Amino acid sequence: MTVIEAENISKRYIIDHIKGNAKGNTLSEIVTDNVKNLFTKKDSQEVSHEDFWALKDVSFKIEQGDRVGIIGSNGAGKSTLLKVLSRITEPTHGRINIKGRVASLLEVGTGFHPELSGRENIFLNGAILGMKRQDIKNQFDAIVDFAGVEQFLDTPVKRYSSGMYVRLGFAISAHLEPEILIVDEVLAVGDADFQRKCLGKMKDASTSGRTILFVSHNLTAVQGLCNKGMFMKKGQLIEMGETNQVLATYLSHVQKTALETWYLTPEEAPGNDKVRLKSIKLVPQFLNGQKHIDVRTKFRIQIEFWNMMEGANLNLSLHLNSLTGECIFNIGTASKSFEKGIITAECEIPDNYLNDGSYSISFMVVKDTSSAVFNFEEALIFEIEDYREGTSWYGKWPGYVRPKIDFPITQLELESVS
Amino acid sequence: MQETVIEAGRSEKYYWQDLWRFKELLLILALRDITVKYKQTFVGIAWAIFRPVLTVSVFVFAFDKVAKIENKSDIPLQIIIFTGVIFWNFFAMSFQQVSNSITGNANLVSKVYFPRLLMPISSVAVPLLDFLVGFVVMIPFLWYSGYPPTIHILFVPFFLILSFFASFSLGVIFASLNVQYRDFQQIVPLIVQYGFFVCPIAYPIATIQELSWYPIYQWINPLAGIIEGFRWCLIPEYQYFQWNTIIPSVVFVTITTILSVIFFRKKENSFVDYI
Repeated sequence: MTVIEAENISKRYIIDHIKGNAKGNTLSEIVTDNVKNLFTKKDSQEVSHEDFWALKDVSFKIEQGDRVGIIGSNGAGKSTLLKVLSRITEPTHGRINIKGRVASLLEVGTGFHPELSGRENIFLNGAILGMKRQDIKNQFDAIVDFAGVEQFLDTPVKRYSSGMYVRLGFAISAHLEPEILIVDEVLAVGDADFQRKCLGKMKDASTSGRTILFVSHNLTAVQGLCNKGMFMKKGQLIEMGETNQVLATYLSHVQKTALETWYLTPEEAPGNDKVRLKSIKLVPQFLNGQKHIDVRTKFRIQIEFWNMMEGANLNLSLHLNSLTGECIFNIGTASKSFEKGIITAECEIPDNYLNDGSYSISFMVVKDTSSAVFNFEEALIFEIEDYREGTSWYGKWPGYVRPKIDFPITQLELESVS
Repeated sequence: MQETVIEAGRSEKYYWQDLWRFKELLLILALRDITVKYKQTFVGIAWAIFRPVLTVSVFVFAFDKVAKIENKSDIPLQIIIFTGVIFWNFFAMSFQQVSNSITGNANLVSKVYFPRLLMPISSVAVPLLDFLVGFVVMIPFLWYSGYPPTIHILFVPFFLILSFFASFSLGVIFASLNVQYRDFQQIVPLIVQYGFFVCPIAYPIATIQELSWYPIYQWINPLAGIIEGFRWCLIPEYQYFQWNTIIPSVVFVTITTILSVIFFRKKENSFVDYI
């Protein structure tokens, strides 16, 4: 049975561009621009309107019991699609037919009030998500148990740790029992253990005939949970079908992100009058048939930079950071004396070392092992794909490193069966 | 099985049905506002008593003792002020709460669907509760002052409903405009501040009733009629209120309520895009 049928849905936003005086970027420019704008009439500036189609002619059908993963890069229209489906905003054109009760989880703990206790918030949030008071009462113990907050039921949620807050929020929505569940990126929060619990709960829901729409950047989670995929790009539906097929198409679109950044002349390159970046690149050593860097791939980081200082003692300090900014490691070269010209440095990241995820490389040129000449922040951003075998678990692999460490397991003793 | 159709302009048709379906949420939002209002306070709901009592004391001091305004009615000024302040607090607070109800619930607007009209309606819960508490305090005061309430007190709900719609309609317009232009947030306190002096709250209407422009005033200030009606309910043999003066108020409130709801419904779908 088709539960969701969308025909040519489009959503238009109108964006205003102000031409003329307002173009400052620094704080003081923005402040003066705003002050100027207070005294000039709005229409004295050229305001141009531009149509922006967040969704354009999207049509699809979803069958009952499908678990659909919606993927696409930022700004592809995924969230807009969910908003339209959950009736938060109306489409500009098109029509959608939905059979069944929809609950959408665009955020964990929607409408939680910080001053209210956990108990009060369960009722508030449940009602906001469309549960009847009686349903909430029936599910109350299960919710509290799932979230693991028995002790703090009467504490205002503003005193909750962020983990408790998220767990309570998800627990309520997990017990909604709607026919169609719409989920946006909720798994991006909480620890690995809780993420696994959430995925499990969602899988349970679908085996009991519920339909799930799931937006996530965590491709592993999509692969593990969903049986169908929808790939969106610039407001359009590019492909819909089997999860693996759609994931492959998606990866072939996104992997065009360069493994290399380089600059032709020092004038356009980042840096200062002492050092400027010439290039930074990743050189992967692919195994047979591999196209993307995954956890098994060994690769080298090569850096070249222009040095404009005479006879300086220089060394490089390289930081490898996760996209959330934590430093995973910091390595340094030896300090040597260099003349004006191009300097290069290279290091090798071993195979089976970094976990899957997005990483950035920043590096600093240091003079006389003490003073920083220039810090090249996020000089290169790259992604490591997941790869696993011998496991049927698809949640996000926790940690920043995934070393291959010998970990033998053997039976020590046989219990004698008499 | 429940079937939903989503289409541009579609939500119009089922709006009032939806509003009824979400009545439980209305109740919960109202309870939330009331609970939150007096959370982490020592005396809790007693604030609903302190606030009007303190206001009345200050105004009696300022208008009666310092400014010594001429009381042309035969009713003591503190009774005029008490009845006026209780009424005005309800009107002004409702107006403020309603006009902030959409922007104050921005996180709900952008994350879940429900008829948005629930937010302004539920936001009147707190002022209503405060009014009821203040009202209960006022009755013994009137008794003690030698003005025991008469059967007229039964008309209080009528004037209360009238003032509810007056503040609601005005608030709803401000609430919708506020979403796109926060300028309106700046105007609300001004209206409340000036309104207090423009309406016969802290002075008897008798003071202005003899003025030549009073008939015009009566027409352009629909609140004046409601306030006088309210006093008529509470003060025995109150002679300054005639039922025909309430007609402009009723007409005015009915028209603005209808217009404001139409206006709100027009703007409602775009709230999420601007909030």
